[in-house]
Amino acid sequence: MARGVKTPWLSTLLVAALIGGAGYAALFLAPAERTMGLIQRIFYFHVPSAWAGFVAFGITFVACIAYLVKRAPKWDWLAVSAAEMGVVFFTVVLVTGPIWAKPVWGIWWTWDARLTSTFVLWVLYLSYLVLRTLVGDAERRAVVSAVFGVFAFLDVPLVYLSIWFWRTQHPQPVIGGGGMDRHMWPPFLLCWAALLGVMVLLLRQRYRLEALRHEVQEISLTADFAASQGGFSPVPRGGSRVPSLKGAAR
Amino acid sequence: MNLARAATIILAKELRTEFRTRELLTTTVVFVLVVVVLFSFAFDPTAAESRRFGPGLLWIAFLFAGSLMLHPSFTREQANETLAALRLAPIEPLAILLGKILANFVFLLLSELLLLPVFVVLYDLSLTPFFVRLLPLLLVLALGTLGLTTVGTVFSAVASQARLRELLLPLLLLPALAPVLIASTEVTVGLLADPPQLQRNWLQILLAFDLVFLTATWLFGEYLLEE
Repeated sequence: MARGVKTPWLSTLLVAALIGGAGYAALFLAPAERTMGLIQRIFYFHVPSAWAGFVAFGITFVACIAYLVKRAPKWDWLAVSAAEMGVVFFTVVLVTGPIWAKPVWGIWWTWDARLTSTFVLWVLYLSYLVLRTLVGDAERRAVVSAVFGVFAFLDVPLVYLSIWFWRTQHPQPVIGGGGMDRHMWPPFLLCWAALLGVMVLLLRQRYRLEALRHEVQEISLTADFAASQGGFSPVPRGGSRVPSLKGAAR
Repeated sequence: MNLARAATIILAKELRTEFRTRELLTTTVVFVLVVVVLFSFAFDPTAAESRRFGPGLLWIAFLFAGSLMLHPSFTREQANETLAALRLAPIEPLAILLGKILANFVFLLLSELLLLPVFVVLYDLSLTPFFVRLLPLLLVLALGTLGLTTVGTVFSAVASQARLRELLLPLLLLPALAPVLIASTEVTVGLLADPPQLQRNWLQILLAFDLVFLTATWLFGEYLLEE
């Protein structure tokens, strides 16, 4: 039996301290960029978010394959939790990018290679999440979304490669370019660790939530079955089909 | 029974079903024509512009047509509960998928070949000399369509098990086909340019796409057919 969603105080405090320190370092300790000035500091959250998102999608891929091979529901829970984390972190990337681009490039968006492929990646995993909402049976959902998850992940390098070829034939704005000042590295790495920490923390909580949902569904099915057999039913007639979460958590 | 023979039998069955009514082919061809007309309403292109946009439009129309025509591949079986019968057959599940991929490939490629002369007329294209333009163009059509139908048939099996499946299939398929759209369009543009040029790197991407997803179907496709 799952223990319910407890607040993991220690790791939450640790990640909170990490993200606080990373924020302070990125905003106050890191040197200002010479030409872009203050706005460049968004980079400390933009790039690590992308990396945390990639790690999350990697976890989804591994979990999808593990589910297809092992058929343990926990892999499905991990796959969906990680996919949601990936979409969340790439949403951060796609929002912070234009905020940076407007003052620096003068435009919010351009169909540059990296932007376009990130956008396609984001849409691919959004459709993975949409697919999951549209399959009713839990086991069917796990199987079909795992196959889709594998195909989506295999598509990513091809999307990047083709969009890269496509765009490099055209003029494009320069992203980054040149090395980073060595004083920029420590805040950058700190932000990297902090955002990865946030991702793992959220992933763990999301995974537990998924496990609980599964359990609630099992209990509800058992109750329905018992009621249909004329036996004792914990669900009052005409009441909610789903027992309270409190009961399920014990 | 070996895999190739089983897949051929499934392919023959699909072809027989389709050529009794030819409904998929007719619908697809008319659909693409409608898209072409709508395009000229929306953009009102001059002759030079329509030649420039032609290849891209052609491939977008094929992609949309594919995402609609692949949908009956599994739902047609569901309507008559014949998929269960297919599963009972003493053949590998992969053979069912392969047969359907091949059948869809034949249907879509056939519609494209029927539409090609229409495009030549509408967009004032020149497909000669044969070995420099038409032959490579047929190769691109084949490679692009193979990628489209491989991923499309698998995703059609995925979508057939969900609600709102008509809406879901294009949603799943179109973003995943971005590499096919880009690569096929670029090669087609190159072939129709003056002088024509064959862009090998794009053909390699198409080939890589086909191989990656045929392999993935071989490894993971059969999970979709279990009960």
